[in-house]
This record gives sequence, C-alpha cells and structure tokens, in this order.
Amino acid sequence: MSAVSAPRAEVPALAADDLTVRFGGRTALAGVTLEVPRGRVVSVIGPSGGGKTTLLRAFNRMNELVPGVTTTGTVRFNGVDLHGEEVDPVEVRRRIGMVFQQATLFPRSIFDNVVFGPRAGGHAGELQELAEEVLVAAGLWSEVAEDLDRPAMELSAGQQQRLCIARTLALKPEVLLLDEPTSALDPAATARIESLIHSLRRDHTIVLATHGRRQAARLSDFTAYLAGGELIEYGPTEALFTNPRDRRTESYLTGRIE
Amino acid sequence: MKAAGLSLKRRAPRGPGDRLARPVFLSCAVVTAAALVAVVGVLGVETVRFFGTVSPGRFLTEAAWTPFAEEPRFGVLPLLAATAQITVGAAVFAVPAGLMTAVYMEHYAGVRTERVLAGVTTMLAAVPTVILGYVALTFVTPVILRTLWPGTEAFNAMSACLAVGLMILPTVIVFTRSALRSVPRALMEAGLALGAGRGRVVARVLVPAALPGIVAAVFLATARAAGETMIVTLAAGNQTQLAWSPLEGLRTLTAFIAQSSLGDAPSGTVRYGAFFAVSAVLVAVTWGLHATGSFLISRTRAGDAG
Repeated sequence: MSAVSAPRAEVPALAADDLTVRFGGRTALAGVTLEVPRGRVVSVIGPSGGGKTTLLRAFNRMNELVPGVTTTGTVRFNGVDLHGEEVDPVEVRRRIGMVFQQATLFPRSIFDNVVFGPRAGGHAGELQELAEEVLVAAGLWSEVAEDLDRPAMELSAGQQQRLCIARTLALKPEVLLLDEPTSALDPAATARIESLIHSLRRDHTIVLATHGRRQAARLSDFTAYLAGGELIEYGPTEALFTNPRDRRTESYLTGRIE
Repeated sequence: MKAAGLSLKRRAPRGPGDRLARPVFLSCAVVTAAALVAVVGVLGVETVRFFGTVSPGRFLTEAAWTPFAEEPRFGVLPLLAATAQITVGAAVFAVPAGLMTAVYMEHYAGVRTERVLAGVTTMLAAVPTVILGYVALTFVTPVILRTLWPGTEAFNAMSACLAVGLMILPTVIVFTRSALRSVPRALMEAGLALGAGRGRVVARVLVPAALPGIVAAVFLATARAAGETMIVTLAAGNQTQLAWSPLEGLRTLTAFIAQSSLGDAPSGTVRYGAFFAVSAVLVAVTWGLHATGSFLISRTRAGDAG
C-alpha cells in the first residue's frame, strides 16, 4: 500500500466519504460520510434494509462480489483509498476481517476452519499454536481443545459463531467487521459473544452492525444510525442514546420504528 | 356482485373430465409399471432358460465369448470388460472436463458467458448418438488418432471413449452445477472474506462440500455411458476380445445385443438365450450405477435439510 503521510494517531482507521452503493436500480447506501476512529468500537444500528450490511461490506470490498453493483465516493483505510489502483482486495480482506450474521463454517474440521485464512495467506509459523491462541481469544479453547479434528458443523450455534470469530482473528486483522453476529443466537450465546467483543476491543478497531439497541449501547463508543441507506445520525454512543439530535433517531431508539 | 354466502356446497356439477381424470392418470401410471415388469419378466425368463444350458458360473467367469464357434463358449467377461473400458474411458475424459466447466459456469463466468455455455450444453445433449458415433468413426479415428498413433485400427476403443465422453458431458455438467449450487453461496463469501483467492475457495471449500453430489453426477453419467449402444457399435467395432490397447477394437455388452437383434440367432437356440443373459447383465450394471447415483443425490438433499 502507498505511504500514509498523516500522523497515524490522527488518521481514522476507516473513513467513508460520500459513499453511495447501488445494486442495480436499488440504492443501498446514499452519500454516507463517517469516520471510524482507531481502537474504538462503532456500532451501526437501524432498521432491516437500512444499509448496515452494505456499509460493513464496503469497508472490506465485499460488495463488489455482487454482480451489478456500483460504488461511488471513497473508503479509506488508514488514509489509503481502498479502491486505489494498487490495492489488492485480498490484502484488504486480510487486514479488515469480517464475521457474518450467519455462522458460515466450512464443512471441515474445527482446526481446518481456524487456519483456513492463515493457510491461504501462506502463513509461515506454527499453525497449531496460532489455532490455540485465537481459540483462546475467542473463548472457545476450553470447549474444543480436545477435539480440533471434529467437524465444525457439530458445534452449537453459539460455538459456531465464536469459531467464525476465531477464524477471522487468525488473520490478525486490524479491524473487525461484525455483521449482526448475535442475531441468530439465544440470549446465553449472545452474552458470551458480547463479552468476547468487549475483550477484543483492546486490540482491534471494531465496527458492529446490530439490531439490538441495547447491545449497541453496551458495547460501543460511537453509534451510527442508518435508515433507508442514509446516515441519519452519528456520534458518541451515550450522547446519541440519551439525547438524539434527529427525530428519526429518537423514534427508532424508542421503538417506534422497527 | 352477489355475495356467495357461506354455503360450502358444490355449486357447479363436475364435468366428465373431472370424474375421469383420476382413472386416466392412474392407468397411465399402471402402464409404466407394467412395462417395467414385462421387461424384467422377459429378461428373467429367457435368462433362466439360458442358464439351464450354460451354467451361471461359467457365464460369469469364463474369459471367452464365442457363440458362433463349433464349441461355443459363453463367458461374458470380455463383453463386460469392454463395457467397463468404454465407460471408464469416457469418464476419464468427461468428468474432469465437465467438472471444470461446471465450476467455471457457477463461479467464474459472467451472466452472458454462462448463458451461452448453458445453451451449448443443452445442444450437445440433444445431438443424437448416431451422429457422435459417425464423428468418432469418420473424424476422430482417421484425423486425430491416426495422426497421433498411425497404427490405430479403424474400429477402436479410444474414439468410442471420446464420443461417449462427449455424450455424457452434459450430464456431468448439469448435475455437477446443481451440486455446486446446493452449497450455500455464503461459503464463497466467507472464504473470500478470509483473504483467500477464488480458486482456493473453490478447490478447498466449494468442491469438497459439493462432492457427494458430484460423485452422484459421475454415477448417473457412467450409467448412461455403460448403456450407450450406437456410438460403440459404430466406432468401437465388433471384436469380442479382451483387448487392453485402446487403439484396438472391442465389443461391449450393448454392441453384442444390437448385433444379436439383427436376427442371426433363431428363437429357442442357446445363442438366442445368450442375448437375454447379456441384456440382464447390462441392465444390472446400468441400474446399479443409476441407483448409486440417485441414492447419493437423495442423501445430499437430506443432508441439506438437516
């Protein structure tokens, strides 16, 4: 990637500027401008179809995998334009990891899932150690240490999602994009993922799309409210929740908009 | 408009079409089943009669098939081996080509290319096998094979393998595509999101996940290859021999049956019975392959649900 001239501390980890994404005739994001400060947790809330997923996918160039997509505006990662000529999308996705709403494990062993990314990237070190390290970080090690060769599909839904997070951590990404990681889970599994996210914030910049307003309030430093593809409001989580500036944000937070 | 009211009584009398529908459909279904029973019955009766003269043990183990010799021998192995050779040979050509075509169409091709390829596949499937057989005989053998190996016989296994491979290629492509499509699309995205290239995700995740369906596709395709008659009769010749060189001619189960039907074996003779015994073997082979394929496909579908 090309040189970053500005001092690192002042450059946001991610910055979208007038970002518009269209799928065919449908506008999924309309002129979104927002910065994700380094080392912080930013949650993206809003109704279904409001553009949360599209925004996250714009941050690691996943939208371009959909035929018929057009993107205008810019997305910068550490100040570097993600769509710059020399930028390799594969490298982008290694530095900016993503966890999907549904656990998307490969029908292979737990171990194979964890080390899939490192193997693809030609990881030089000891895979076994790396697997243990990230499984510990994902709070799954004690449950699977004895049977890493078991098919990953045999894990419970909550374990599967933690394995997905471990698998992404194995890339050693700087940024984690978590797309409604708990929406398919029961409250107990959700609580475990939330405490996991809380522990991951130490070493990562996190963007968390979520349906749960309380989850956003609990976990994030900043919150963005997206509806109809527009960024309605963005600010420190506490301020946005206690004193929203926009009436639409207030309506959503008080449950009048689903 | 007048309200229909709450009555659930029949308001219009049922026409004759309505009353006859069920028995008509049922009788069609019965005819289908009856036809199958008849085929199995005829094969069974004549085969049992044949085994009254030639023991099943000798039939299945003897390595010579010489029904016209003074001391005729009825060992089905050379015919079975020839069928196996053609089937495996066709699969060797069609399976990798079909698999890669299917992967390309599913995961690489743009919408337009994919449509063109799908059309080509359909058209290839619609080419009558007699034409593929003639192409093998008049083009593949003299133009391609003889250039590479001048000693190639006019009738040879290789040309038949290529033509039969071409015939089963659409089957492999269509079923492999449907197997690939049954793998959740999200797995491709998950793989790419983990910083893997498309080729790696295809080879390490998508194809393995689709493997049961792909294996089923191979079985269904080979069932067709084993039963193929026209191409092998035209291109592979009619030499009953255990020939292991693909450049020599051979005679498959089907080619023998086709030849027998030309009427040089009077009803009631042992040679006439041999035709049915060979038919029974052929049906057993194709059913076995087909049933294996169908079973694998049904298991894949059940796996999806669970």
